[in-house]
Amino acid sequence: MAIPAPPLSEVLALWPEILLSVAACALLIFDLLTSRERKAAIGWWCFGVLVLTLVGTFLHPPQAGSILSGMFLADGYAAFFKVLFLIAAALTVLISLRYLDDEGIQRGEYYALLLFATVGMMFLAGGGDFISIYLGLELMSLSTYVLVGFIRRDDASTEGAVKYFLMGAFTSGILLYGLALLYGLTGSTNLAAVAQSLAGLSPDNPALVLATILVVVGFGFKIAAVPFHMWVPDTYEGAPTSITAFMSSAVKAAALAGLARVFIVALFPSAEIWEVLWWILAALSMILGNVVAIAQTSLKRMLAYSSISHAGYALIGVVAATQAREVGLTGALFYMFVYLFATMGTFGMVILLTHQGFRSDKIADFAGLSRSAPLAAFIYIIFFLSLAGIPPTAGFVGKLVVFRAAIEAGYIVLAVIGVATSAIAAYYYFMVIKTMFMEEAVVQPQLSSSRPLAIGLGIMVIATVLLGLFPAVVLDAVTESVKLLQ
Amino acid sequence: MNMLPLLITFVLAGLVCALMLSLSRLFGPRRPTPVKSEPFECGMDQMEQPRRQFSVKFSVVAMLFIVFDIEVAFLYPWAVMFRRLDVAGFLAVLVFLGLLTVAFVYAWRRGALEWN
Repeated sequence: MAIPAPPLSEVLALWPEILLSVAACALLIFDLLTSRERKAAIGWWCFGVLVLTLVGTFLHPPQAGSILSGMFLADGYAAFFKVLFLIAAALTVLISLRYLDDEGIQRGEYYALLLFATVGMMFLAGGGDFISIYLGLELMSLSTYVLVGFIRRDDASTEGAVKYFLMGAFTSGILLYGLALLYGLTGSTNLAAVAQSLAGLSPDNPALVLATILVVVGFGFKIAAVPFHMWVPDTYEGAPTSITAFMSSAVKAAALAGLARVFIVALFPSAEIWEVLWWILAALSMILGNVVAIAQTSLKRMLAYSSISHAGYALIGVVAATQAREVGLTGALFYMFVYLFATMGTFGMVILLTHQGFRSDKIADFAGLSRSAPLAAFIYIIFFLSLAGIPPTAGFVGKLVVFRAAIEAGYIVLAVIGVATSAIAAYYYFMVIKTMFMEEAVVQPQLSSSRPLAIGLGIMVIATVLLGLFPAVVLDAVTESVKLLQ
Repeated sequence: MNMLPLLITFVLAGLVCALMLSLSRLFGPRRPTPVKSEPFECGMDQMEQPRRQFSVKFSVVAMLFIVFDIEVAFLYPWAVMFRRLDVAGFLAVLVFLGLLTVAFVYAWRRGALEWN
C-alpha cells in the first residue's frame, strides 16, 4: 500500500525557503566558476534573490495554516518574521558588498551562508514542531558560526567564532534535553499537541519544571539574555561588522520568533513556571546590558551590550503575553522590527568608517565627525535616538508599545525597570554624540565611498524616521499577524 | 515500588566493585619497573609522545566522511520502503541527493579531497 504523498499545495507554501535554498546552492557552484575580481557579482545575485523573495512574501504571504502534518505553520506570524528576516538579510548584503573587499574576504561562500542562515530563520519562525524548530535553529546557528569567523587571518574573529560555537553547541544540547523531557512528558513533539497534554499536567511536576528551565536556558542563550550573554561582547566585536549587524537584528529576532512560539503556544499551560524566569531574565538583561555598556571604549562592544539590553525590552512583550497575549506579542514583534533598522544602521555606520586596512570602532575615533562629515554625524544621531527610544524615531514607539503591554498585563515593576534603564541607555548614546560634536578630531576620519552602503543606510534612516512618525501601518499589520498565531 | 530491585542491583554492583578494588589495593604487592609503568606494557616500544598537533586535513576528511556516510545510511530506510513511498519518495530522495551532489562538487573543486 502506497503512503500518500504530501499535497503539492502544502509543499509550495514553503516556496520562499525552497527558492532561497536553491539559490544558495546555485551561488556555491557559481562561486567556483567566477574569477576573483567578479566575486561582488555574486553579492548582487544574492541581493536580487532576497529582494525577489521579499516582494513575493510581502504581496502573497503563504497562509496555508498547518502544513506537512503540522511540521510547519504558514500563518501571519511566520509571514511577518519572514519579511523581517528578508529585509535584514538584503540590507546585510548591501552593507557587505564593499566592506568585504576592504577586509579582503570577498568570497561567494559568505553570501551562500547568509542565505542558508536566512532559510534556517524562516524554518524557525514557521516551525510547528520541536523537530522543525530545532533544525531551523541549528541551520541558522551553524551558518552564523562560520560567518563570525570569516576573517580567517584575524585572531579576534576566530576567537569570537570559537567562543560562539562552543557556547552555542553546549546550549543547543541543553535545549534538546529540555525538548526531549517535554516529549517524554507529552508523547508528542507537535506544539499544539504538547500544549494539549500539558494542560492536564500539574505545574508542580518536577520533570515539567526541569524541562521548562532547560528550554528557557537554551533560548536565553540564543537571544543573548543575561546571564547567558558571556559570549556576546567578544563575538560581536570579533565578527565582521556586517555579520555583527546581521546577528544583532535578524538572528536575535529569529530567536525571539522561536521562543515566543514555543512558550506561548506549546508551554502556555505551564506559564506559571516560566513567566517568572523570563521576567528575571528580561530585568537582568536591561539592567546589566545598559550599565556595562557605559564603560566600553569600543563602539562595537558598546553596541553588543546595548543589544543585550534590547533583548530584555523585547522579552517584556513575551512576559506580558502571559496575561494579555495579543498586546504582549504585538509589543515584542514590533520592537524587534523597529530595532532592526536602528541597530543595523549603527553597525552600518561603523562600516562607513572602515576602509582599506583601517578599522575604526573605538569611540574616540569618532571625535570631530560633525565637522569632517556632518551628514554621517547627523545620521548617527537618528539611529542613537531610536536606540535610546526618543521621539520622533521608531525606537520611541517600540518602547511605548512594549511598556504599554507590560502595564496592561499588570507587570508594573518590569515597565519601571524598562523606563529607568532606558534613561541609562540614553546617557551612553549621548556620550558618543558628545564625542562626535564637542571633541577635537585625533585622527581624520575617512569615509568609505560605497554606493550600496549609502543606499542601505538611506533605507534604514528613512525607515527609522517613518516608523516613528507613522507607526500605525506596521503596528496594525503586526496586530493582525499575532491574531493568527496557532 | 517496582523499581526497588533495580536500585538494589545498582547498590550491590557498586559495593562489589569498591570491595574488589580496595582489597587488591590493600593486599596486592606493588613493585613498579620502567617497563611496567608504560601505558601499554606489551606490544611495540613507544617511539614518541602521543600528544602532538595533527594536520587540519584529517578533520576535513573526517567531516566529509561523516556527511557521505550518513547519506548512505539515509538511503537504506528509503530502499526498504521504496514501493510504498512511490514517486513522491523517489523525488524527495532525488532532492536530498541533489543537495549532497552540490556539496560534493563544492568540496571537490575547492580541493578538500586533495592531499598534498
